[in-house]
Amino acid sequence: MVQVANLGKQVTTGDSALTILEGVSFEVQAGEAVAVVGASGSGKSTLLGLLAGLDTPTSGSVHISGEDLFALDEDGRAALRARLLGFVFQSFNLLPAMTALENVMLPLELAGARGAAAEAKALLERVGLAARLDHYPKQLSGGEQQRVAIARAFATKPSLLLADEPTGNLDAATGAAIIDLMFELNRERGTTLVLVTHDLELSRRCGRALRLAGGVLQA
Amino acid sequence: MRLTADLALALRLLARDWRAGELTLVAVAVVVAVASVTTVGFFADRVQQALTRQANQLLGADLVISGDRPLDRDYAGEAAKRSLTVARMLRFPSMASGGGQNVLAEIKVVTAGYPLRGDLRIADQLHGTDRKATEIPQPGTVWVDERLLSRLGVAVGDRITIGVSQLPIAQVITQEPDSAIGFINAGPRVLLNDVDIAATGLIQVGSRVRYRLLVSGEPQEIASYRAWVTPKLGAGQRVESIEDARPEIRSALERAEKFLSLAALLSVVLAAVAIALAARRFLQRHLDACAIMRCHGASQRRLVTLYLTQFVALGATASLAGCLAGFLAQHALALWLGTLVTVELPEPGLMPALHGVVAGMALLLGFALPPVVALAKVPTLRVLRRDIGAPSGMGWLGYGLGIAVIAALILWKAGDPKLGGLVFAGFAGAMLVAGAVAWGVIALLSRLGGSGVSWRFGIANLRRRRLASVLQVVALGIGVMALLTLTIIRSELLDLWQRSLPPDAPNRFIVNIQPDQVPALQKFFAGRNMAMPELHPMVRARLLKINEREVSPADYADDRARRLVDREFNLSWATKMQKDNRIVAGNWWPADTPKREQFSMEDGIAKNLGVKIGDRLTFDAAGSTFSAEVTSLRKVDWDSFNVNFFVVAPPGLIERYPASYVSSFHLPPGNIELLNALVKTFPNLLLIDVAQVLTQVQTMITQVSRAVQFVFLFTLMAGLVVLYAAIASTQDERLYQATIMRTLGASRGQLARANLAEFAMIGVLAGLIAAAGANALGYVIASRIINVEYAFSLALWGIGIGCSLLGVIVAGHLGTRWVLKVAPLRVLRMLS
Repeated sequence: MVQVANLGKQVTTGDSALTILEGVSFEVQAGEAVAVVGASGSGKSTLLGLLAGLDTPTSGSVHISGEDLFALDEDGRAALRARLLGFVFQSFNLLPAMTALENVMLPLELAGARGAAAEAKALLERVGLAARLDHYPKQLSGGEQQRVAIARAFATKPSLLLADEPTGNLDAATGAAIIDLMFELNRERGTTLVLVTHDLELSRRCGRALRLAGGVLQA
Repeated sequence: MRLTADLALALRLLARDWRAGELTLVAVAVVVAVASVTTVGFFADRVQQALTRQANQLLGADLVISGDRPLDRDYAGEAAKRSLTVARMLRFPSMASGGGQNVLAEIKVVTAGYPLRGDLRIADQLHGTDRKATEIPQPGTVWVDERLLSRLGVAVGDRITIGVSQLPIAQVITQEPDSAIGFINAGPRVLLNDVDIAATGLIQVGSRVRYRLLVSGEPQEIASYRAWVTPKLGAGQRVESIEDARPEIRSALERAEKFLSLAALLSVVLAAVAIALAARRFLQRHLDACAIMRCHGASQRRLVTLYLTQFVALGATASLAGCLAGFLAQHALALWLGTLVTVELPEPGLMPALHGVVAGMALLLGFALPPVVALAKVPTLRVLRRDIGAPSGMGWLGYGLGIAVIAALILWKAGDPKLGGLVFAGFAGAMLVAGAVAWGVIALLSRLGGSGVSWRFGIANLRRRRLASVLQVVALGIGVMALLTLTIIRSELLDLWQRSLPPDAPNRFIVNIQPDQVPALQKFFAGRNMAMPELHPMVRARLLKINEREVSPADYADDRARRLVDREFNLSWATKMQKDNRIVAGNWWPADTPKREQFSMEDGIAKNLGVKIGDRLTFDAAGSTFSAEVTSLRKVDWDSFNVNFFVVAPPGLIERYPASYVSSFHLPPGNIELLNALVKTFPNLLLIDVAQVLTQVQTMITQVSRAVQFVFLFTLMAGLVVLYAAIASTQDERLYQATIMRTLGASRGQLARANLAEFAMIGVLAGLIAAAGANALGYVIASRIINVEYAFSLALWGIGIGCSLLGVIVAGHLGTRWVLKVAPLRVLRMLS
């Protein structure tokens, strides 16, 4: 599903170059759940951004479902994301001007899918928010917002779900409920999961953990 | 397929943004701008249409030949030969007396058949039911209008004196064609049968008679007659038909429309500021949405398409709403102007609406396009890294397109690059100066500091959001300034001008004194122990040539110059220069041995006509010509109300031409008896009441400035929209700050007082700028145009500052009160 080969990322600040990732290589099989763990600043989020094609690497390559991500231009990568990827973010990233239902509908609408509203409604019911369809993000609690974000991530039936600290902004109990939900949906839909976390409990639930330290993958 | 789907998606996104209130300010700004432009457009269109539709009514015929000397008999003869219907008409001003009163009336003398087109309506008595007149007044009777009846206090059946004739009033005129379109009301009307004119003794040398030949018939015959008569027209003669009827009204209307359109653009400029602010906020609030949509696979191009479609749909809807508002507002304008427009106005056409939509769309896209393009470039990585902000390319350069749009709109409405450039520079200059002042004062205030937590926070807010504060001050200041200038400054200037006239300044002009009446007139004044007013001889002549160049109205672009060349000049002769004249170039002739052939010309008219010292002018008086060199240019103090002349010759050059005399004198208040006796003894004299003329001018200025005031109401509205847009653009920041402060223990009262301090400063500054600007405008008008000493008005400062202070505090409170009501915890959660 995912092949990462010799991935590196450097940023130049003034005269000095800062290495964020270096020589990272790994594979993720379809249906697998993989956690990326490491201390703050170890390059976890950068790795996730590169897996999603949200940023470009300094060296190396990423293949998703056999396609070379960085051989595509930005619009090509956008099309690939639309087809294959789903996202869950630490800060939920719901659009404040849209209701819960509309937030979930958005990726379906962008894909031009029919029956977006019915599909989105079903997903919100599945995540336990049947009663909050018409609420705006600011009217929802953090846990509820993350449920909406998860429903949105699964709306386009992605093959690969990327999650960036999905419980980072939630208390322990709510976080646990969110994790349960994510794994349930993952199982139901056979999605491959790559998540960044420093929640040990969460990483333990994944089949495998990739440990990053100073931008380098630890054995 | 994709396109339709995207259109639908864009509309859905628009509906969502609209519902969430993200676009309200943009829409309101567009509505105000379009309403302002279309109000003027619709109204002008209605008046234009009235002119076109009623053109033959306005003429009273299909074709009219007019001139200031009797028309060639062949003109009527040829028309009759071509089976066209003709009628003749004379118009001139004269005194009409009755009921112990005198009034300067407009006499219209007509032959049978008048009017050839349009309706003349009459009634048997004042306010009686009117009917269409089927004939003209019977010989020996007159018809008069309501104004004459009320001014003289007479009724149908009473006799009035016109010249030396006493004629009974037979009917009241309720409506006549070929009269005023209502912009400038001439004197009260007296309609007289042509056979009675000779007996009145009013047609004399110096009478200001306009001769008109009315012609009607089949369009083809009219066209061919026009082709025949046009080459035969002499100097001062003019032919008008329904295509080009009433050129003076048309050009006045065009000028008025241009002026009002440009005034309306001031609101457009302010609305543009609001749109720019609101679009910027839209951009900031949609960075996340764009990043998310790109995460979900939307390409840059698709995002541009989606947002652009959204803005086009919004712009179109808001523009249409603006057109509707403009349509309603122009009805209100018509009511507001009251008697200024007396003709019945048809419903407006669609063209002004189209102009409004074009202006609204251009404005919106000009200021929204750069942010939209920038929005599509948002790095997708923002979904992971919130610190990645707006994409570059959003600086001041981004507004280049919008500013170009404004410049294009101004140029379009001004119709010529010079005026357009001046107006653009004027708007930009006013905004820059006001902006610089506001910037400086805010900087000064933040240095001064002050006591009290709320006050310090208020000032700190101004400083921290300096650009937003400056924009608020400028927009409101300009809106208030426009209104102050039109209300307080206007009435103050009129007062000043009137007070600047000496109390014994002449208040009556006597025109049309025949040479043989001079001894009798002297006796008349001597018999009443009054000093004989100074008499000035006057010869009417047409300017034919400047040096060897023949002059014609077509040579001049300037309207005043055209009119001057088209009409006859009043020339005079004198040995000594009048006291209120001052030589600005050349020399006045010596009293003892003047060279006969020279002229002294008034400086202003010389400039209008392009005449310099040493130029030779040739005039035609009563068919014979004379010429002389211009040897001096004079500045004339017209405000003295003394009789003055554009062109004066030394004795000996023009005495042999038919002359009449003119004079002015001061009539002590209440001395009506003198006037009555004067008119009775010399019925041909025209007595012009300066006070009455001034009242008329004032009424006109008041009415015209009401139209401008109405347009400037939109400017004020646009200023308020800017205020709101600026508040909205800082809302998140305000919310965050208020939350932190409340978390740290600040009370709601303290925060409310901090806001109050901030808005009070904005209000005071806007008021100061408005009052200073209005005072400066007043000063320029006073010193440059009406030449009076300008007294800086304290009331103006009070009113300007008071009004804008109140307005800003109320609007600011309404715009920010919710910030104080939100529970801090909720804000912290939202912000996390």
